[in-house]
Amino acid sequence: MSVQLDDQGRLRHFLTTEGLDPRLLVRILDTAESFSGVIGKSVKTVPLLRGRTVINLFFESSTRTRTTFELAAKRLSADVLNVAVDTTTTKGESLLDMLRNLQAMQADMFVIRHNQSGAAEYFARHVDPGVAVLNAGDGWHAHPTQAMLDAFTIRRHKGPFEQLRIAIVGDIRHSRVARSQIHAFNGLGAGEVRVIAPNTLLPSDVDSLGVQVHNDLSAGLRDVDVVIALRLQRERMQGALLPGESEYFRHYGLTESRLASAHPEAIVMHPGPINRGVEIDSALADGPRSVILDQVTNGIAVRMAVMTMVLGVQPDTAREVS
Amino acid sequence: MSRILISNGRLIDPASGLDEIGDVAIADGRIVRLGGQIEDFTPDRRIDASGQWVIPGLIDLSARLREPGATRKADITSESRAAAAAGITSLVMPPDTTPVMDTPSVVELVSHRADITGAARVVPLGALTRELAGGQLSGMAGLAAAGCPALSDGGRPITDSLVLRRALEYASTFSLPCLLTPVDPCLAQGCLNEGPTATRLGLPGIPAAAETAGLGRQLAVAGASRARVHFGRLSSADGARLLTTALGENRRLTADVAIHQLFLTDQDAMEYDTRFHLDPPLRDIIDREALRQAVADRVIRIICSDHQPHDQDAKDGPFASTAPGASGLDTLLALVLRLVEEEVLPLHRALATVTLEPARLLGLEGGRIDEGAAADLVVVDPVAPWFCTEESLRSRGRNSPFLGWEFSARATHTLVAGRLVHQPDPP
Repeated sequence: MSVQLDDQGRLRHFLTTEGLDPRLLVRILDTAESFSGVIGKSVKTVPLLRGRTVINLFFESSTRTRTTFELAAKRLSADVLNVAVDTTTTKGESLLDMLRNLQAMQADMFVIRHNQSGAAEYFARHVDPGVAVLNAGDGWHAHPTQAMLDAFTIRRHKGPFEQLRIAIVGDIRHSRVARSQIHAFNGLGAGEVRVIAPNTLLPSDVDSLGVQVHNDLSAGLRDVDVVIALRLQRERMQGALLPGESEYFRHYGLTESRLASAHPEAIVMHPGPINRGVEIDSALADGPRSVILDQVTNGIAVRMAVMTMVLGVQPDTAREVS
Repeated sequence: MSRILISNGRLIDPASGLDEIGDVAIADGRIVRLGGQIEDFTPDRRIDASGQWVIPGLIDLSARLREPGATRKADITSESRAAAAAGITSLVMPPDTTPVMDTPSVVELVSHRADITGAARVVPLGALTRELAGGQLSGMAGLAAAGCPALSDGGRPITDSLVLRRALEYASTFSLPCLLTPVDPCLAQGCLNEGPTATRLGLPGIPAAAETAGLGRQLAVAGASRARVHFGRLSSADGARLLTTALGENRRLTADVAIHQLFLTDQDAMEYDTRFHLDPPLRDIIDREALRQAVADRVIRIICSDHQPHDQDAKDGPFASTAPGASGLDTLLALVLRLVEEEVLPLHRALATVTLEPARLLGLEGGRIDEGAAADLVVVDPVAPWFCTEESLRSRGRNSPFLGWEFSARATHTLVAGRLVHQPDPP
């Protein structure tokens, strides 16, 4: 979607990984790599966004995503304001009114999470010129920074994407993470992206996203290099989507033994928060294949990269603050 | 009442097949002379229709006017004037107003408001059940006496099949047609056609099965009654196919399609453009072509605007949170004529879908050009290119999915019961 790019094809918002130029995807990863060093050192702050204001506007609760966005902004020396909006108590004020009020506080960037697909794009179309919008998750549609931190983690552990087989297991239908991952991995040239789920958790025409579709876990995991388990929300058990947690775990829960058909050095990922014993076994989540905590750490560097790119700040001019 | 002579126009009447250059003389609200050069008639007003078409006024089978109940969006005055300017002389209004049109008093209120406005006629449809709740039958005979030519579920299908059966049976007692919405609400919980576009956008999809499941059940129930049943707003190839089969057993069944379904697809909503948030949803190109074919084959005999004007707030926000529906009065005639340009339908057939056929369904007297018939007429300039823009819309609903489209034809004069209710602005 073009609203996230300027006339020169540079990122001006970050709303989705769909349709992005592969070179841009690689640049995000490379920029994140340059910040990643910063995190490892004792001095963790660079002044790239000094004097800028970042507003974290969360209409859905979040711990990990909000805090890593906050840390990323602080390490770039930006001023950060966290706004948690409880949609049950703010009926009456339109999104647009809220946006205008917050914009009046001279924000340079909004980090937005909302339960409606398209919400981030809606904000991007309505902010003043020069104000950037980062999508921290909109409905079932997209969670692009999560997908890029996953790509970053995969590249660090597994090298170039061309030969990689990547399987995403679980609730694809309701997952913005899965959609953004699929577009990002395909954009980065992944050898094969698979989705594995019962049919009630697959969206219609899921193959049109560019994936191989599997119902059977063992068959789907054959020879894969990367396995990503998705969070299964408890409320999905209450409708007619699934009969219950135990049957789900028996057929789609990841365990060390079910990974037998995967590549011996396959890594296991999860965007969090984990439902242990539902989509993944504790031993696997905490075991040597798991890179789940790396994902969290890498989230900071990736979000720093995207924040500087959308505001047109060059990281190579960065000076560390003593 | 004024005497009007429309002279030298191309007279086109789908009911009689008339297609010739000639005059029309109008007096006392009726067509008194038709065809040839009329010289022994003294009009108060002459309309030179040289190079123009004279057609029956359009009857729009589904137009929400938002009054009573939602006059922040539109009202009877604004919409009946917009209709007149667009060549529509009768607006058929579903009963899902607030309050619902389930008693004669609400129907009378609506008729009264339409009478004072004095633009397009307003034809109210009575509710099949009280409050449209699908439980208790409405007072159908009383509604008919108050001016409802038919009954409708108002877009809220009666889910209890026994209630539906009783409603159809009771309506048939009074020979009242029943207009049903072919939807299974359980399957229709979404905001866009189920398919690749909804999947990419992360929006909950509505499968075509929502239509066929609803239609199949209603066909089964209708088959057991003597009711005259009409299905509103078909949207899918599967629905059209099911209806085709049903027509083989019951030729009295009829159906309509919203004109936007014949031009747009779900891909138009690709950038979360809420003007394309419709109910039933826009479907894919295969559905669109099948619907066009069904209209050409007379499986679907009526085309309507499915006019649903909204205020800006209702269409502003993330896609799923906005109100479905499109403002359609302004573009109905132009789009129907575009079907002729695109060779989907010949001219007389195209016009029949918005004149003769809806008049037949509801037993209305308009929809034809004939001596003695009500003078509901439109003069059309077939080569008057115009762009559909927010400024060009006469409806208070700015939510047209056709903004930016260029059209070739437009109504220059509209007469309702012999009164000129629309004419070109003075130069």
